[in-house]
Amino acid sequence: MNAAYTLPDERGHFGEYGGRYVPETLMQAILELEEEYRKAQADEGFQEELQALLKDYVGRETPLYFAENLTKYTGGAKIYLKREDLNHTGAHKINNSLGQALLALRMGKRKVVAETGAGQHGVATATACALLNLECIIFMGEEDIKRQQLNVFRMELLGAKVVGVNSGSATLKDAVNEALRYWVTNVEDTHYILGSVMGPHPFPMIVRDFQSVIGNETKEQYHEKEGKLPDAVVACIGGGSNSMGMFYPFIKDESVRMIGVEAAGLGTDTEKHAASLTKGTPGVLHGALMYLLQDEHGQIQEAHSISAGLDYPGVGPEHSYLKDSGRAEYESITDDEALDALKLLCKMEGIIPALESSHAVAYALKLAPQMNKEEGLVVCLSGRGDKDVETVRARLGGNGE
Amino acid sequence: MNRIEKVFQNLHQHNEKAFVPYIMAGDGSLETLAEKITFLEKAGATAIEIGIPFSDPVADGPVIQQAGIRALEAGTTLRSVLAKVAEIRPIVHIPLIFMTYMNPIMAYGIGNFISEASKSGIDGLILPDVPLEEEEMIAPIADRAGIEIIRLVTLTSPLERISAIASKGKGFLYAVTVNGITGARKEFKDELGRHLEKVKDVSPIPVLAGFGISEPEHVKEMNQHCDGVIVGSKIIELFQSGELAKIEELIASSKIEEIKL
Ligand SMILES: Cc1ncc(COP(=O)(O)O)c(C=O)c1O
Repeated sequence: MNAAYTLPDERGHFGEYGGRYVPETLMQAILELEEEYRKAQADEGFQEELQALLKDYVGRETPLYFAENLTKYTGGAKIYLKREDLNHTGAHKINNSLGQALLALRMGKRKVVAETGAGQHGVATATACALLNLECIIFMGEEDIKRQQLNVFRMELLGAKVVGVNSGSATLKDAVNEALRYWVTNVEDTHYILGSVMGPHPFPMIVRDFQSVIGNETKEQYHEKEGKLPDAVVACIGGGSNSMGMFYPFIKDESVRMIGVEAAGLGTDTEKHAASLTKGTPGVLHGALMYLLQDEHGQIQEAHSISAGLDYPGVGPEHSYLKDSGRAEYESITDDEALDALKLLCKMEGIIPALESSHAVAYALKLAPQMNKEEGLVVCLSGRGDKDVETVRARLGGNGE
Repeated sequence: MNRIEKVFQNLHQHNEKAFVPYIMAGDGSLETLAEKITFLEKAGATAIEIGIPFSDPVADGPVIQQAGIRALEAGTTLRSVLAKVAEIRPIVHIPLIFMTYMNPIMAYGIGNFISEASKSGIDGLILPDVPLEEEEMIAPIADRAGIEIIRLVTLTSPLERISAIASKGKGFLYAVTVNGITGARKEFKDELGRHLEKVKDVSPIPVLAGFGISEPEHVKEMNQHCDGVIVGSKIIELFQSGELAKIEELIASSKIEEIKL
């Protein structure tokens, strides 16, 4: 891995991963999307419009915060938090939703479909659509609707139509299936705003690029504060978008360790986890070749995590490639470890992190003491925990102890 | 010559249209597969599409999704379907075509799958999630084993692309008649007839229309513009409800003589 990293190739492959495994009906739409995206990239007007919205509407740049109490507590490397939780709508998802909503407008498509798990991507997309006056329909698994009632109401307040999905495990994977089916049926006037670095090319590239603002800012901010590169960056992995956005600007900086943290659920030695890179095998789902949780017959298995946003049985193709190439490392954190990290961050720093992000925090707590005090690591705090307070209360029994 | 090419040559000589029903292997247990296939052959099917269930069939509507779930719950696997087809093949004369998604095949091993499918007497393969751009990983291997890849063209494919796709195939071209997923429809777009004729114009191989076709009237209508039809969801429903006479009627509707001037 070096200065020559230019993936994906022109066919949308990251090594053997990625590609465009979609019904023929969608081919024209994704070819058009790719072409339009390349034009938008080169179009200063488009870039300025996006930058202005990110600044004045989303509230970027987000702070890179030195977590001094946490650093003292762990007694090792300096721990910095990249505060994506301070974005408008409370997570990194808006970086991508806004970018893609602008693309939809460019393509003359005034209708948008999206999937959501935790509801964060759904809320971000409903928000972007409200702002840009686009019609918005969100598919969400019935199980997730139960877990994330408030986010459903938020999306509806923002003017989106939320459609429950009952097929399969009634979670994120099934919401993606249904969003894809809807897109196949309405492709002529509808754009699909995919919420993570997954799906057919060019989505993994587009979402990565829109999320790269995370890593780009981090690099500059860290340099301002410490005069060098961080020694490690750590981010949680659902489909892989906040992590890819953090990693991508550092790929060529080989001294920087890139560590993705998957959800181990009840443990990777049980059947209840979402650790696709740690325990899965390569296969094709939702338009791309990537690591998947599947049985020996190639049937997709259900994922499990306390955090709805990590509850997905696959991981985007670029992560699959980075794992095989060894450039990035992948670890996993259990439900209990994530909850402990959430509590600790609340008490030590006065920040309630999303359950997803708590997985990254939990791994940082293990990693920092193994590093020396001159070193520094950055945790991507991908979202705030307000949406999870009810889940956490149910688990902890209300007293926070 | 592959069995698919032969039946189409034969149909062409007799100026007849094709009717290809789709069934889901393992729906109602694998033990019913031989019975269904022989029934369909006797009723006049040109070839049979055998679905192999996948947990996440994005190109399929509710009827085929449910059939897939029933099949998976009955323990159906790619391996068991291959074994069953090998057993049935000696008593069936018409072409048998697998329709499934890429992942079960990858999990089985592409090379192994093709060689065993070929040994079991499978003649063709339809993969709705493998467009031209990705077929390199399987098409050449299938080709060498004499299994024909049946490619799909849709209402959104530009004519140039349709032409490129059609020129790759040897069996027949699958012209998708709706923007959408499988499942019975009441009506089709007005421009469909013209679209099918354009596809036929550029295709060196027979063109069959599929997706949404559910009534004898649809069959007759489509057959005025192409070489035959593929019917899936409706066949599955009729097997479910035991209305075998209606299946015979549907198939027979494709045999009705050309309208005389
Ligand atoms: C706060 C937060 N972090 C992380 C994720 C996981 O997604 P990704 O891996 O694409 O960043 C989600 C998904 O909903 C989320 O809401």
